[in-house]
Amino acid sequence: MKLAVLINEGPYQHQASDSAYQFVTAALAAGHEVMRVFFYHDGVNNGTRLTTPPQDDRHIQRRWSALADEHKLDLVLCVAACQRRGLVDEGEMKRNSKDAHNIADGFRISGLGQLVEAGIEADRLVTFGD
Amino acid sequence: MSTLNIVNKSPFEKRTLEQCLKRIGEGDSVLLIEDATISAVNGTAYANLLLEASKQSRLYVLQPDLQARGFAEKPLLDPVEAVDYAGFVDLVVKHERVHSWL
Amino acid sequence: MMEDEEYQGGEVKKFLYVNRRLPHGTVYALESLETVLIGAAFDQDVSMLFIDDGVYQLKKDQAPESIEFKNFSKTYRALEMYDVEKLFVERESLEERGLSEDDLLVDVEVIASKEVKALIDQNDVVLSF
Repeated sequence: MKLAVLINEGPYQHQASDSAYQFVTAALAAGHEVMRVFFYHDGVNNGTRLTTPPQDDRHIQRRWSALADEHKLDLVLCVAACQRRGLVDEGEMKRNSKDAHNIADGFRISGLGQLVEAGIEADRLVTFGD
Repeated sequence: MSTLNIVNKSPFEKRTLEQCLKRIGEGDSVLLIEDATISAVNGTAYANLLLEASKQSRLYVLQPDLQARGFAEKPLLDPVEAVDYAGFVDLVVKHERVHSWL
Repeated sequence: MMEDEEYQGGEVKKFLYVNRRLPHGTVYALESLETVLIGAAFDQDVSMLFIDDGVYQLKKDQAPESIEFKNFSKTYRALEMYDVEKLFVERESLEERGLSEDDLLVDVEVIASKEVKALIDQNDVVLSF
């Protein structure tokens, strides 16, 4: 089955991103397609490559990036939510004249339309949030 | 099956569980995850609410979340079925839509 | 808002946006509304349901300029222009809060709590923020 996932909270503060990761891992293991993981609200904070959690803790961003690499997952950060919260890729850096970018491997920034498209094209959309 | 309703809040902190239960019915299921898992344990003040809901809806609890909170060995309410993440995925597939009560 | 986006796929699904939170205290109401507008721009069949504290999103006379917030409550009145015409409000949620239809800034269909399940069952995708 074709699944899509929506994550509305950032890493560490709330379990949402962890629950979503476990869910996506289990779905892939069961042979399902995960056509997109969309990050909205504070969820976009999962996509910064600048986090440095303690060594004995899970690295939430790297875990997502590795899963994306392994399974060709489409990890999409909402552009409007990113702009409000300081998540910037190279294109956004140039467009908004910022001096840095911070998006991790495997993530891309795009419009909210990608969420609606996931709702249309996936058989099920599962939301994780607060 | 109709809707898989996901609840993730402790009923002792937020009213999400009762708000969900009063609006679902025949063919719907409820999956308790994250902080909501503690309501699946026998002997809480919310036992009757869940027992009542079980007359028309199926109830599930996400075992890894329950285990994380120290309740792996505690008896669950009779109608609640424990599932792992693979079981969570199966529930999503089996229902027509998923509604997360955030 | 990214109102220039379009969907070329041609498929139409029924989307239900369930709103259960107060505006302003958190950003969910505003960002939910932004999704609704995109969904409508994609020519999807969009309904909105306001239950629990979500009914406060439609309260008349909101003036969040007092806390330097954008007054997005006006957007609910503009939804019609985006062909979002199905706004449902649960009667019990209004009554519980001492509100009536007259307190709302837009025309809605008031439904009973026991009708909510039937509404949800009619939709393909349920989004709740």
